[in-house]
Amino acid sequence: MKGFILKEFLHIFRDLRTMLILFGMPVAQVLLFGYAITNEINNAQIAILDHSKDPVTQEITYKLLSSGYFQLNDQLSDASEIEQAFKKGKIKQVVVFEPNFAQKMTKDPPAVIQLITDASDPNTANLLSNYTQAITGDYLRQTSGSKRNLPVINIETTMQYNPELRGVFMFVPGTITILLMLISAMMTSISIAREKELGTMEVLLVSPLKPLHIIVGKVIPYVILSFINALIILILAATVFGMPFQGSLVLLLLQSALFIVMALSMGIFISTVSNNQQTAMLLSMFVLMLPTILLSGFIFPIENMPLPLQILSNIMPSKWFIIIIKSIMLKGLGIAYIWKETLILIGMTIFFIGMSVKKFKIRLD
Amino acid sequence: MRIIFYIIQKEFRQIFRDKVMLPIIIVIPMVQLLILSYTATFELKNTRISIVDHDHSATSRELISKFKGSSFFTIVSFEESYNIGIERIKSGDTDQLLVIESETEKKLARAEKTTVFLVTNAINGSAASLMNAYAVAIVTSFNQELIAEALPGIQTAAAIQTETRHWYNPKLDYKTYMVPGILVLLITLIGMFLSGMNIVKEKELGTIEQINVTPIKKYQFMIGKLLPFWIIAMFELIIGLGFARLVFGIPVEGNIALLLSIASVYLLVVLGIGLLVSTISDTMQQAMFISWFFLVIFILMSGLFTPVESMPEWAQWINKINPISYFIQINRMIMLKGSSFKDVAELFYALCIYAVLILTFAVKRYKKVA
Amino acid sequence: MMKQSVSEPVIKVRNLVKKFGDFVANDHLSFDVQKGEIFGFLGANGAGKTTAIKILCGLQKPTSGEIQVAGYDVYTQAELIKKNIGYMSQRFSMYEDLSVRENFQFYGGIYGLSGSEIKERTKEMLEDLQMTHISNKILREIPLGWKQKLAFSVAMVHHPKIVFLDEPTGGVDPITRRQFWEMIYTAADKGVTVFVTTHYMDEAEYCGRVSIMVDGRIEALDSPEALKKHYNSTTMNDVFIKLARSSGNTN
Repeated sequence: MKGFILKEFLHIFRDLRTMLILFGMPVAQVLLFGYAITNEINNAQIAILDHSKDPVTQEITYKLLSSGYFQLNDQLSDASEIEQAFKKGKIKQVVVFEPNFAQKMTKDPPAVIQLITDASDPNTANLLSNYTQAITGDYLRQTSGSKRNLPVINIETTMQYNPELRGVFMFVPGTITILLMLISAMMTSISIAREKELGTMEVLLVSPLKPLHIIVGKVIPYVILSFINALIILILAATVFGMPFQGSLVLLLLQSALFIVMALSMGIFISTVSNNQQTAMLLSMFVLMLPTILLSGFIFPIENMPLPLQILSNIMPSKWFIIIIKSIMLKGLGIAYIWKETLILIGMTIFFIGMSVKKFKIRLD
Repeated sequence: MRIIFYIIQKEFRQIFRDKVMLPIIIVIPMVQLLILSYTATFELKNTRISIVDHDHSATSRELISKFKGSSFFTIVSFEESYNIGIERIKSGDTDQLLVIESETEKKLARAEKTTVFLVTNAINGSAASLMNAYAVAIVTSFNQELIAEALPGIQTAAAIQTETRHWYNPKLDYKTYMVPGILVLLITLIGMFLSGMNIVKEKELGTIEQINVTPIKKYQFMIGKLLPFWIIAMFELIIGLGFARLVFGIPVEGNIALLLSIASVYLLVVLGIGLLVSTISDTMQQAMFISWFFLVIFILMSGLFTPVESMPEWAQWINKINPISYFIQINRMIMLKGSSFKDVAELFYALCIYAVLILTFAVKRYKKVA
Repeated sequence: MMKQSVSEPVIKVRNLVKKFGDFVANDHLSFDVQKGEIFGFLGANGAGKTTAIKILCGLQKPTSGEIQVAGYDVYTQAELIKKNIGYMSQRFSMYEDLSVRENFQFYGGIYGLSGSEIKERTKEMLEDLQMTHISNKILREIPLGWKQKLAFSVAMVHHPKIVFLDEPTGGVDPITRRQFWEMIYTAADKGVTVFVTTHYMDEAEYCGRVSIMVDGRIEALDSPEALKKHYNSTTMNDVFIKLARSSGNTN
């Protein structure tokens, strides 16, 4: 049996290209998520249409442009230019000051600032208009509030678990999950399916090795690979991004082991229903990976999805695992908080192992 | 050329006969379009907020009612203390916590500084930003109301008013933003992924040898293998556009012919990449992994989910060789804003150059002789 | 481009060397094959037969040596060679998910036959193979022996001058093997040169001349009768064993 496991290992390691991708991909993803992918707005390109051009509008413009959120792309001179400006595709917002702004402010308030946003991206549009409003509100308070005693409410905000709003915290748990799924489920299913396709599976079955041993032997290298990969991601996240690790490492590893077994059982099940590699590959991809990415809460919060999809996401084991990881890593919670999710995972694992065994027995008969 | 015709005929026969391939090409993209459009949203609905009110005054109740009346927030509970509130965040029962300290009303009446505390579960950083921004906006506008009441006759609070107008997507529907992007994703998957795998399959099965031994020319073989996927992808795009209009109510504001012609060039780039991948893979598993690798990186950086402008300089430089980012921009511009050829010309020329370069490179790499 | 006269060999090989790194797969092979011959290329598995045949077909580039096939040079005129040869690979490489007729149609088209030519050829070959009744069956559902015969026909669809067969009868029953060789004889009678590799020594008897490769070198080249006489054997199998022993001794 040892020889069998060794053969599997060699087989995997000799495939240099796959190896490179296996280890390169999570690293690349973590780097991307950590440094490049963010919803925050910096230096959004805006245009200003200032009909008034007085000290007040210039002061507000200055405040906007020095906030770090906005960058001036163009000064427009007429409302007819707005549409063209948007169509060129660079500008996200146009700020329009009405004529005689300063005068209107004091003599005949309110003076109106029109914000026209390119709401193709609603998020950006919202954020930009919010920021603009906040900055004008600030200006108002500065110029008027200093003269009198006014009721002022201070707001103290705390960003719990993630004070710097690092995107990477959201994504690292998800990246680990995807990776474990990829290696433990997908690669396993393809590897077993390949033996079937090439006919070597029969050879194995008539050997003195018991079917259980064959499966275990096939699967152990992938388990080890998954663990190594997960560790790499965790180390990267901790060292390069300073991701905190609040909870118990032991608990995390145990849960990961549970998830790996779960993914393995799914992979094995897929291989029992596939006749060849291509089928196993495509099934894994479209029935495992894609739903995992879309519906597990990895990138897109489940709470925002329509109800039927939220219900659907409950049968995704990855959803539960991501909750578990986040709870342990980011919130530092113990088993008391996550026993429900853990039970669900255990249940799913038993289900898939059962299905695989049944299918396997049928094949043998 | 007739030879190309025979290859295309064979390819289509094989595709339509393949029980697994066919549903994947037809069904999956449509399912993706439907599901992804609904799941891929960063929009916030119903942020759950818990309130700790130590003041129990008319003022605090009014502030609370502002949150009640806001469509963004759902008040899920009233807690006795900050600590209990934090527990709620910990256990995932609520997203935000608002703490109003005691004596708030009295302090405000005396024009003394008061503070409210806002705690947000910031694991999802971008969602937290939004939640925070909304909550702050509510408190701030409440503050301005108080100021206006306190100083009747001086409408400083209302000296400046901002009116916001959202163009191209007045309902701020996230789907409007995502659907054009998802369409690009779909045809990219078909063009890059399936085309590369298809060529490698022949390599792995050995049928490619039988082809290499014929006098067939390189370019004939390649066109024959790639053209079917080009056709299928264009077909999907057209159906997708129809879906977008009928199911999501997102028509093409601009010129459809312009969109389709640019799409055909884009597909050349994507097919070229698929071809390139096939020349460096020996097995389907390798081809799949390599395509997957590039695809994930390109997609993440393409501006499909998060804005390109928010990325650091170096990432935007890498994007210069990311064909998906070009086409997503073009697609959104034409579909949502009705941009004309002039507006997208620069991006289009970049795609053309890219297509020429990558196809040349891929063709050179493909050898009939080992 | 050399003009081919009747006495000029259709395959001319001088000092063919193929190295993979340090490993020498083909070690200075030299031989000629005449038009209409059935030339057997024998040797144990791993002796270098498949490598040699792929070089002759233009599928691999030789490391060195002069090679001409059908009068064309293998280095500079590979594409012209391909017009004139047919090939059946060791591994079955027809399309399992297409029907018999569709496979013919495809390869006929690839070789540039016109629509009517393809129809005619297909009809002809299906009759010869007695497969007309299953012309629309998917290859996957046809037994191996029939598929092999089909692969041979497809290799001949464009009336090539030379046809290269790499282990064509691997894994088939003796009756099918017999039928296969009958097809080879028919082709040779029509003037087609047949270059066939095999590790079945008894098939050597069917060839006009055979060469026997051991460890990348040709250790014997002659008609089966001459070889049996020379090595004082009754079967080619014996010849091979004696040969393998003696070259083992000289190493």
